[in-house]
Amino acid sequence: MNFNGKTVIVTGGSRGIGRAIALDFAKAGANVVVNYNRSADKAEEVVKEVEALGTKGLAVQCDVSKQDDVDKLLKEAVDTFGTVDFLINNAGVTKDTLILRMKEDDWDRVLDTNLKGTFMTTKVIGKYMLKKRQGRIVNITSVVGIMGNAGQSNYAASKAGVIGFTKSVAKEFASRGITVNAVAPGFIASDMTDVLSDEVKEAYAKAIPLGKMGEPEDVANAVKFLCSDMSKYITGQVVQVDGGMLM
Amino acid sequence: MFDKVVEIVRDQLGVDADVVITKETSLMKDLEADSLDAVEIIMAFEDEFDVEIPDEDAENFNNIGDIVAYMESKK
Repeated sequence: MNFNGKTVIVTGGSRGIGRAIALDFAKAGANVVVNYNRSADKAEEVVKEVEALGTKGLAVQCDVSKQDDVDKLLKEAVDTFGTVDFLINNAGVTKDTLILRMKEDDWDRVLDTNLKGTFMTTKVIGKYMLKKRQGRIVNITSVVGIMGNAGQSNYAASKAGVIGFTKSVAKEFASRGITVNAVAPGFIASDMTDVLSDEVKEAYAKAIPLGKMGEPEDVANAVKFLCSDMSKYITGQVVQVDGGMLM
Repeated sequence: MFDKVVEIVRDQLGVDADVVITKETSLMKDLEADSLDAVEIIMAFEDEFDVEIPDEDAENFNNIGDIVAYMESKK
């Protein structure tokens, strides 16, 4: 795949799956805007890695749930690279606990970043893409948004919300040639899953037909496909990257 | 005001200069704007004239004349 001269914005691009997406797009020749909220050092590291691959990178601090921040993100991206072709809504947080123990703040913070953040960036950057009559949006959701998970009612609700949002916006933007799809990772080795015990990880792996956890690159490959010309007739879909965990 | 409104509509919809636009011209029926075009035009008016146009008001815009009258009332 060749993304020479294209620009991608990856929200939450400093770590885990977001970092893998940022680097994979850089390998394909794209300039990469690495959005982060608090991990400034890690975002700058990713920018350095991007530039070592021969393209340009830019780290931009922004809380995706705040419109003013997102306006700034788009402006910095366009001022620096002259265009935005792909938006990858990857920024996500977890605050896991059983619902009886879940505080209102645990709910709000997860919904704000994961769902409201996706709304905000899609509204602001989608408007820019509509004017250009060109663009691809890929939202990172989760199989948990489809199957549920004890201890993650806030996270699962946010990810299910992202799926409904993806399909609705796909319908709204289709007439302008802008595709909107979602990628639903299953059990992927990342910061988010590193906190789990080995026992839990093994139990999960047993439930996966392909027999192991996925890598962030597996998710990045699906995202790249959904931004390429190979997927120009695909919109409003949820692609599961889960080793067959949920069928 | 009429000229400015027409300029924005032409720009947003990419209407050729040889297509005549009058106060009676309908965005949807005559210029074949769809709902997304209509939203983009309303947002362009909001930016240009620094006003907020609620959806309830925008629903009453049947033709260019309605829009011009509305914008003049907001001055």
